[in-house]
Amino acid sequence: MPDQLLYAMEVTVNGLMAGVLYSLVALGFVLIFKSSGIFNYAQGVFALFAALTLVGIQNGQVPFAHLINSIFGTNIHKFGWHVPSVLAIILTIGVMVLLAILVERYILRHLVNQPDIILFMATIGLAYFLEGFGDIMWGSDLKKLDVNLPQGISETIETTTFNWFGYGFFVDKLDIVATVIAVILVTGLTLFSQYTKQGRALRAVADDHQAALSVGISLRYIWVLVWSIAGFVALVAGMMWGAKSGVQFSLSLIALKALPVLMLGGFTSIPGAIVGGLIIGVGEKLFEFSIGPMIGGATENWFAYVLALLFLVFRPQGLFGEKIIERV
Amino acid sequence: MKLKLASMVLAGVMAAVPAMADLVYPSLSYRTGPYAVNGIPFADGYADYFTLINERDGGIGGVPIKMIECETGYNTEKGVECYEATKGQGALIYQPLSTGITYQLIPKASADGIPVHSMGYGRTSAANGKIFEWIFNYPANYWNGASIAINHILDINGGDIAGKSVALVYHNSAYGKEPIRTLEELSKKHGYKLTTIAVDHPGQEQKSQWLQIRREKPDYVLMWGWGVMNPVAIQEAVNIRYPMENFIGIWWSGSENDVIPAGAGANGYKALAFHGVGNDYPLYGDLQKYVVDAGKAAGAGDQLGTVLYNRGLYAAMLAVEATKKAQAIHGVAQVTPAMVRDGMEALEITEASMAALGLPNFGPEISVTCENHGGAGDGAVTQWDAGAQKWNLISDFGPSDMDVIGKLIAGDSAAYAAENKISERCN
Repeated sequence: MPDQLLYAMEVTVNGLMAGVLYSLVALGFVLIFKSSGIFNYAQGVFALFAALTLVGIQNGQVPFAHLINSIFGTNIHKFGWHVPSVLAIILTIGVMVLLAILVERYILRHLVNQPDIILFMATIGLAYFLEGFGDIMWGSDLKKLDVNLPQGISETIETTTFNWFGYGFFVDKLDIVATVIAVILVTGLTLFSQYTKQGRALRAVADDHQAALSVGISLRYIWVLVWSIAGFVALVAGMMWGAKSGVQFSLSLIALKALPVLMLGGFTSIPGAIVGGLIIGVGEKLFEFSIGPMIGGATENWFAYVLALLFLVFRPQGLFGEKIIERV
Repeated sequence: MKLKLASMVLAGVMAAVPAMADLVYPSLSYRTGPYAVNGIPFADGYADYFTLINERDGGIGGVPIKMIECETGYNTEKGVECYEATKGQGALIYQPLSTGITYQLIPKASADGIPVHSMGYGRTSAANGKIFEWIFNYPANYWNGASIAINHILDINGGDIAGKSVALVYHNSAYGKEPIRTLEELSKKHGYKLTTIAVDHPGQEQKSQWLQIRREKPDYVLMWGWGVMNPVAIQEAVNIRYPMENFIGIWWSGSENDVIPAGAGANGYKALAFHGVGNDYPLYGDLQKYVVDAGKAAGAGDQLGTVLYNRGLYAAMLAVEATKKAQAIHGVAQVTPAMVRDGMEALEITEASMAALGLPNFGPEISVTCENHGGAGDGAVTQWDAGAQKWNLISDFGPSDMDVIGKLIAGDSAAYAAENKISERCN
């Protein structure tokens, strides 16, 4: 097999894996948009905040230490214990649920029936507030995420592909873990929305707020539920991306990778987020591989949006989005 | 009523303008945003050195230092706003810690008559003092860095790298592109093959770039990165099992923040440096006593000796030494920005003077002149020891190839002078 074809195959596999990581971020956007029509600008910051909280809890860091020390003249930074990863993850999920309750109580509840743009603006405010709050709570220093996620080249895949093609493919073990987690998440979310009472209520709210309210579904409860799930998805995304770069404030920028996925997959479809992520991942990687060297490289950021725009022109609601019907 | 009004106006003016007895150094810092991880230790080191000079020495020449910190978020527009907001308060030197902000400040500061010191960043050709009267970039610039990296590769290959391949992984910005021209010129001289690989901001995803490196197997990889790009690149290099001792970053890709996320895999990674590493210097005893233990540290006091803290401290030390020189030249303690510029232009940092400051062997010797605002352009190589979690200097502060770099600086600064109708000085 020609070398270039083998390389293209390797790039495609890695594009699919990268796409899964993009999808993990996009999923959080979809969940909230689907149930409430809100484009949650703060989703990237949610991932950052979740990862910061996870590392902070794990390392026994005293929250608001800088503030406490400034006010009381103390010098405390650590509790002196190390929380096991699983327990730290459970506690972080608790914090994200609490955050969802606070968002509903102090923001969403006051904005019911407001135009979508107002809700969008509120999430911009939430994003900047949460970024500053996370800074004060956990500090801006770099934190190493250590939840025992495997990383590095998969020797099994490398050896197998070498035996087949005479060239060993590179696949990161972290990407394989991310893929497995994404499959579990999507399956779980699909089963949840199809076969549970809360899931059906969620779909009812997504279809028609007024009708759902008229049959006794609590809008507030559904919003807390959805924002909690989105917080959990943000934690998963934050863990996966944080394992690559450490937990630092640039983690919130991963939201940029989710936008073309949403444009392509649609804002209301969970499978759309996955398929959109895969298409964007493969598309941008293959473009960088084949055309990138001719035009100076670094094409991935903008090409992802070009690809999404192309889809948007032919299918404005996205690949799996609900068809837009306006009555006249 | 008139008296009350006049008192209020006077009080307002006094609050806005520092007492004339202060020496004012603005700190354009970034403690928030995506680059805060790197901005915080630098800002802490910068502030702590000034605090030390105030607490231990009572200021410079008896005049207390006032540092005004302004948050830029590593955003060029905010950086310019900070400059405009602080320049009227008696600012003596600006050290913007951002190439983008430096480029914007070059014409402004030149017009306002305030010196800018972009140490190891900014516009490289500002080393030509005949054109850039108010801008300084000693002790080294990006082009020196590119040459020092190639010199190191030459050293470990017995002086012959003809036929070797070198890849440059760079931040796709004006900063990241800075070394390309120098590396191209050096490749003509030494016969190595250069490949350039761009990474888009912020650099969180670099799979394509490292797959390319895995396919092409360059003998050496150089990196011009900043922020999250650095740890991701080092992690990806670990993932593809690239030999870390052949991976060399510029000084902005060589802090603890860049290597710690990759854990043990980052062991052996190299980075350039223009100042010392660690805290094994006599000065740190004073810092602990007068600043940290006294509760006057800018941060938690846990960054002392880290690479970027040391860099901030070094920047402040050079500002203080230039001010002392200005005081000596002009015979006054309360110096102006123009006098400090004179001090910078006559700055001599020798091994003896560094030892006297409690920083023996901390940096290269520096000699600034009217013509040369960049110093000798010396630099060293450091290597990360993941087991001990520390950087080690593995070379002396050695020279860069000024035969090549000098011509590039002359060409670029001449173009700037023609564009901006600037006549040569120092004649």
